[in-house]
Amino acid sequence: MKQFSYTITDPVGIHARPAGILVKAVKPFESSCKITKGEKTVDLRKLMALMGMGIKCGDTVDVTIEGPDEDVAAETIEKFFKENL
Amino acid sequence: MIVATGKSILKGIAIGKVKFLKKTQAVITDSAADPAVELQRFEDAKALAVEQLQALYDKAVVEAGEDHAAIFEIHMMMLDDDDYIDSITEIINTQGKSAAYAVKTTGENFAETFASMDDEYMKARAADVRDISTRVVNILTGADTGVDEGDEPFIIVAEDLAPSETVQLDKSKLLGFVTRLGSANSHTAILARNMNIPALIGTEISEEWDGKLAIIDGYNDCIYIEPTDELVETLDKKRVYDLQQRALLKELKKKPNITLDGTEINVYANIGNVSDVGMVLQNDAGGIGLFRSEFIYLHSETFPTEEEQFAIYKRVAEMMGGKKVIIRTLDIGADKQADYFNLPKEENPALGYRAIRICLMQHDIFKTQIRAILRAAAFGKVSIMFPMIISVREVKDAKDILEQCRQELIAEGKQVGEVEIGIMIETPASVMIAEELAEEVEFFSIGTNDLTQYTLAIDRQNPKLDPFYDSHHPAVLRMIRKTIEAGHKHDCWVGICGELGADTSLTETFLRMGIDELSVNPGSVLGLRKVIRSLDLSK
Repeated sequence: MKQFSYTITDPVGIHARPAGILVKAVKPFESSCKITKGEKTVDLRKLMALMGMGIKCGDTVDVTIEGPDEDVAAETIEKFFKENL
Repeated sequence: MIVATGKSILKGIAIGKVKFLKKTQAVITDSAADPAVELQRFEDAKALAVEQLQALYDKAVVEAGEDHAAIFEIHMMMLDDDDYIDSITEIINTQGKSAAYAVKTTGENFAETFASMDDEYMKARAADVRDISTRVVNILTGADTGVDEGDEPFIIVAEDLAPSETVQLDKSKLLGFVTRLGSANSHTAILARNMNIPALIGTEISEEWDGKLAIIDGYNDCIYIEPTDELVETLDKKRVYDLQQRALLKELKKKPNITLDGTEINVYANIGNVSDVGMVLQNDAGGIGLFRSEFIYLHSETFPTEEEQFAIYKRVAEMMGGKKVIIRTLDIGADKQADYFNLPKEENPALGYRAIRICLMQHDIFKTQIRAILRAAAFGKVSIMFPMIISVREVKDAKDILEQCRQELIAEGKQVGEVEIGIMIETPASVMIAEELAEEVEFFSIGTNDLTQYTLAIDRQNPKLDPFYDSHHPAVLRMIRKTIEAGHKHDCWVGICGELGADTSLTETFLRMGIDELSVNPGSVLGLRKVIRSLDLSK
């Protein structure tokens, strides 16, 4: 299992468009990818659930990745967060 | 004539006949016999919906740009969302319902979730979920959603418009739209802005408007039904002017203000209120060359506090995103009066107790403003400019007070920013001692309105003097030349922020004199840029 924490710096937070791009980035991996904010955890492949979390600039989220390709997935997804969110 | 007000999405004018859009509600049969058949129908409808959205995406890329077309990509992804599909499948499988019922119910449930979020942007996403669900339902029920467009262009009036409906409409026929519902954050609104379509939301609409002539006045947030001929004429002029500006913008946006032989200057805009900043950005001005701060005082019943002023300056600095904002300190007195100042009546107000003279006598008023400006400077690129200067002493005093304010703010632990310091050149005295003044400041901004009035000894409020008034009087032009030369000798940049700056018959003259900046009304920025780009000073 791989895990990382990230604090959102994009002023608009995870709005529709960034959420869409994030879901797309996660899709190719086999591992399960989950995002947690506070007590709520959702699957990173589920666009509407992700948008429904209303993640804003300044929020800290935990991302958990588990499965056969977790190493590559974790690296790619963390890079995506740093570059886009 | 009927007038209805709403909230304007785009400052623009649209004139044309109203087409009232009545949506045919899809007739849904709730129950279905065979879940397997319904699931297959849903799959097919979803595939067709994705196909339609792809076509809309392609159309939107062309009409509104890729960034704004992205919403249709999101719509496609929403249709493919696991939770959304699971919910629909569940309803079909376990409740014996039709595919259309399942999609509609699921869409409503998801929309509700978004609508209940405490974030205006996310609330507006409810409309997106409804939009995609309606699309699938309409495919399933065969409901006709197309607008009979006819040949004539029209203004759409409707309860609400989904983003897909907005893009679907033939843009060459769509003059504008007015809806009762909708939010400024909706994608429909965003698309309207990017497609340059005047639009009003939150308007009490009426079916009776259908087929009647109407004008959307985006500047005054209203729609006129059956307007008078006179109004049509006036607003049509405005509409044509807007079109010209837009064409200029398309041609000149992001282009430098540079002559054919390579002389580049800054073209900034003058503002009198926070609400003007939108126009400044829209017209692609390089900064704000004159922020007339007195509106804050004139719109107030008592002296505006430091916090009030700070909030306004900060907002302008932030909106300009690092572009220069030159704030002129209080220029009240003469023709600009506020009761609470209790200024005595004067024989010669234009030559009287005004502007910097008030500030240097009543330090409390001056310091409040300077503190607010220094604090706002931490949030952008702010310059400060003192008006009505006639002596070096005044500049030194003003700078001392500024320094005092800075020290006090630092001692209080408040955040302050660096400010560039300049003065207005609008009295003949300041022109004559411009070299000495230039040693004290970093820039001059020539206020040609007052400079002309004081140089020619002509009161511009008096129409009887018109025959004597010459805005191109050689005395005024020599004053300007002298100011530029004096400024440059002491590393001081020189601009013009009076009306003469926008007089394109003088642009070449000013450029030859070596002017560094011209600050004009936001609407004149692009016209001026066009002139500058056509000049060749080497000839």
